[in-house]
Amino acid sequence: MTPITLEAMAAQVPDGALVALPPDYSLPSSALARALVRRGARGLRLLGVPILGYSADLLIGAGCVAEVETSAVTLGEAGFAPRFTAAVRAGTLRLRDATCPAIHTMLQAAEKGVPFMPLRGLIGSDILARRPDWKVAPNPFAPPGAEDPIVLLPALQPDIAIFHAAMADAEGNVWVGRRREIATAAHAARRALVTVERVVAGNLLADERLAPGVISALYVEAVAVAERGAWPCGLLDAYAPDGAHVAEYARLARTEEGFREYCARYVLAGAPAAAAA
Amino acid sequence: MSAAAIRPEERLAVAIARLVLDPEAPPARHVAIGAASPIPAAACFLVRALGHPLRVSLQQRRTANPFSEGSRELFDLAGQGRIDLFFLGGGQIDGQANINLIGTGEWPGREARFPGSFGSALMYFLTPRTILFREEHSPRVLVPRVDLVSAPGVSPPGVYRRGTAQALVTGRCVFRFHPGRARFSLLSLHPGETVESVRAATGFDFDIPAHVPPTPEPTEQELALLRGPVREAMLEPYPEFCARVFDRKSAA
Repeated sequence: MTPITLEAMAAQVPDGALVALPPDYSLPSSALARALVRRGARGLRLLGVPILGYSADLLIGAGCVAEVETSAVTLGEAGFAPRFTAAVRAGTLRLRDATCPAIHTMLQAAEKGVPFMPLRGLIGSDILARRPDWKVAPNPFAPPGAEDPIVLLPALQPDIAIFHAAMADAEGNVWVGRRREIATAAHAARRALVTVERVVAGNLLADERLAPGVISALYVEAVAVAERGAWPCGLLDAYAPDGAHVAEYARLARTEEGFREYCARYVLAGAPAAAAA
Repeated sequence: MSAAAIRPEERLAVAIARLVLDPEAPPARHVAIGAASPIPAAACFLVRALGHPLRVSLQQRRTANPFSEGSRELFDLAGQGRIDLFFLGGGQIDGQANINLIGTGEWPGREARFPGSFGSALMYFLTPRTILFREEHSPRVLVPRVDLVSAPGVSPPGVYRRGTAQALVTGRCVFRFHPGRARFSLLSLHPGETVESVRAATGFDFDIPAHVPPTPEPTEQELALLRGPVREAMLEPYPEFCARVFDRKSAA
């Protein structure tokens, strides 16, 4: 496995692709999101697994996004996601509201290769009322005569899963630790593009302690090295979120002008060293 | 320790702790706490510190997070009935305990967009009891009817549902929820509030018993625990909250 550059990885994400992204607390590749802004990606359809944060707000603000399916978009302690909020108000974003367990379930159905899976809850929510692709059917296993409507959710196969792993090995396996929902997204997607902190020698699957947190190279199309690639978000126990920077982003991105200033300073001003290497 | 030194956050945590321990509610052995809920978290740590066995699973812990199957495990646990109590809030909450985390105005929040519904559309149905919590108590939050429904307060017969809201705790009062008639009643008033002031700040109708007691004051023991072991447990997951609510005092 030979790592590619960040910019080469961004070039592998075609305009209009359905891209699964993690939330800020679960292995986001902020580095690749910035590279997609630099590449001028257009028409992306983002799927929050199960919610979205900094990366999505950045991509929305930069005009890279046509559609979002998610259970929330938030900057956590720094508050509402300003470019997302502005785009919803302006009506420039197609938005499909979901609820966290529904997104997990749709990806698990895709992971299993079955057409749908059922989920409790949701009946009476406007989320369901606005989702013609979600259906309510009688539970076929209910006792005779008992009424038990249940929601059926279709399998959802993203074109690409993008995330930032702690490490890759020489075989192209990547380690995500306990973040199993990211493994599910990678399993469900047609391909995974993964940025990593570092590449280690050997085979992660040969280590019984690490293997349960590994996503096999089978699912991974390409790896790019991006040190501190989750920043300003944190990465597992490796580094903490940079709350001050996220707050600065939230403050600047309140206006279109401030957002452009942020991008000029932190996104467009040259690719990071890892990408240039 | 004078009563004047009690912070509103401490009062709210104690009020929530008493609801957690309410003997009339279904028993709580395992409580899960979602993102950005420091006051409910403090309440649950207080319940533990008072000596009651309660497993507290904090979704946002960075170290020793209780979940090892990713963020879906919380919902899988709820699906199985392994979570007894959960906390939810809302950009809008109405008199039937419907919650709106989506936005106001036309779908999907063209007037004001909130972050989104998170897991509420599952958790509200599958948890035997939910404590609704929102510090802001104003007519814009507590509305006659939510503009958009993230999760309904009650469900018709035949729809699978394990529980409803037990109560709604705000910065002004505690309401109890009655699922049979889908209405709140006023349970207690925080200091400085009256039935009239709460009525004026509430957009929905609610029942008013003949006598509405004040929300009980935190005891010396509860305050000591909040400022001792509870604060210690809160430091890692909620550093900003601890700095704001506890640290200044602990330095005094």
